[in-house]
Amino acid sequence: MTGYLLRRFGSLVASLVFASLVVFIVLQILPGDPALVILGPDARPDTLAALRHQLGLDLPVWLRYLHWAGGILTGDFGRSTAYDAPVATLILQRVAVTVPLAVMAMLLSALLAIPLGVWAASRRGAVDGGIMSVTQIGIAIPDFWLGLLLILLFAVHFALLPAGGFPGWWHSVGGSIRALVLPMIALAIPQAAILTRVTRGAVLDVGVRDFLRTARAKGMAESAILWRHAVPNALIPVTTLMGLQFSFLLAGTIIIENVFTLPGLGSLLFQAIGQRDLVLVQDLVLLFAGLVILINFLVDVLNAVLDPRLAARQA
Amino acid sequence: MRILAGGAITGVILVLALVSLVWTPYGPTAIDILHRLSGPTEAHPFGTDAFGRDILSMIMVGAQNSLIVALVSVALGSLIGIPVGLLAAARGGWTEEVLMRGADLTFAFPALLTAVMITALRGPGAYTVMIAIGIFTAPVLARVTRAAAGVIWVQDYARAARALGRGKPAITAIHILPNILSVLIVQITIQLSLAILAEAALSFVGLGAQPPAPSWGRMLNDAQTYIYTAPFLTLFPGLAIALAVLGLNMLGDGLRDAFDLRA
Repeated sequence: MTGYLLRRFGSLVASLVFASLVVFIVLQILPGDPALVILGPDARPDTLAALRHQLGLDLPVWLRYLHWAGGILTGDFGRSTAYDAPVATLILQRVAVTVPLAVMAMLLSALLAIPLGVWAASRRGAVDGGIMSVTQIGIAIPDFWLGLLLILLFAVHFALLPAGGFPGWWHSVGGSIRALVLPMIALAIPQAAILTRVTRGAVLDVGVRDFLRTARAKGMAESAILWRHAVPNALIPVTTLMGLQFSFLLAGTIIIENVFTLPGLGSLLFQAIGQRDLVLVQDLVLLFAGLVILINFLVDVLNAVLDPRLAARQA
Repeated sequence: MRILAGGAITGVILVLALVSLVWTPYGPTAIDILHRLSGPTEAHPFGTDAFGRDILSMIMVGAQNSLIVALVSVALGSLIGIPVGLLAAARGGWTEEVLMRGADLTFAFPALLTAVMITALRGPGAYTVMIAIGIFTAPVLARVTRAAAGVIWVQDYARAARALGRGKPAITAIHILPNILSVLIVQITIQLSLAILAEAALSFVGLGAQPPAPSWGRMLNDAQTYIYTAPFLTLFPGLAIALAVLGLNMLGDGLRDAFDLRA
């Protein structure tokens, strides 16, 4: 187990380094002259030279990479050219919107999907068929469209919840939660549809219908055998998928923040593109990719804890 | 049943796109300020937008955009992913390890992040979206291809061919590829539906096709501006996306059942 975890940790570090190299090469080396990208073709030569010096572009490439990557390790993400502020400060301000939203959406989708998936797997016929049809439609609905429909219904028509904006946690906790309710639902429903199908498949794979038949034959309560035997055995594919889904959820969060004008990392990313703020784009893309890699590492560790056989097989 | 329903829905979208090549009720960019933000009427069954453009015509031309982006990006992803998967399964060992690790790493960059990086370099547009979705599709197809091909390589007939001295490229062409074709067709159908969803999301945030070329995602973005005055604008482009995705998904699931593959 320890050997497996150590090797898995080694590959986590390698993945993060690789991701940082990709981001650096694409955004710093491919453009040729990042200063020209930021200032545009009409920039004056002396302004360009000044920005090049400010960004450290007059240094050798490998030194620039080490400077950037080393800075991130010590919490120094560089300076945003558009905001003229440290990127770390900008990110810290926005994290308080994006992370609670993504976590709440993930929890809501699991709370909906796992019971529904187990229910569908344990019943034949109408219940199973009905749940499967609903999830088929749920998968097809784009989360940002669902967001617009929710705005239409709950903000425009019933005026129950805000259509957008965010008061800030220090300003109003209740108002902040209310601001996140609709985006959370919009994100969670399509994710829940996929997760329900995977949960159903996983529970069926462990032979839930045989378990239930045995339980009935022995006169046991069906729910006992369902939740004590079938569901724990089915958890591995479910947690694995939740890890893989995290990358979709993150992309979804970035877009949903746009729909509900939430001041999170997603809107920061689009402002950074609009203002050609390459340093900020670079840091944010690496942050998102790093989060996806980290979450999948944590899922592997969780799976190894849930089922030590997995670690033994791969050791 | 599902295969028919899915095929029918996909067919309708395809026909809409094809018809729009030669005919739309109105020009998709024809401005008619007098009839702006009109609800559904006899003249404009889906209504008009803030410039008085006919929504039905825009949705028909938008179908072209969605289908072309989906087809090109999935073709790009297949052309990279399938050979990588075949190579990994044929060579095994460290080649397989390196290729599949590479696929895992690529998967850490959702299409949105790749599109953001390309946009930062070259600006937004349909090509940006095609490349981004293609790059995201490749590792999925590489994994599916490697897994399916791995199963065939240990079959008796593949081993026999190997024992008789046939080379790995020849076995891949004669035995592996034909036997995993059904798996690939199902996966490609699913990827097409994901590509349509991704294209819509990317053009919704302005990274995709640029005005005045109609795209479903951007129509929804425009609709949000008028959500209080013209709520019906939000309806039809979203329905078009959902139907296209639903049709392709049902077609994929139906094909999987028809080919008797396990999900």
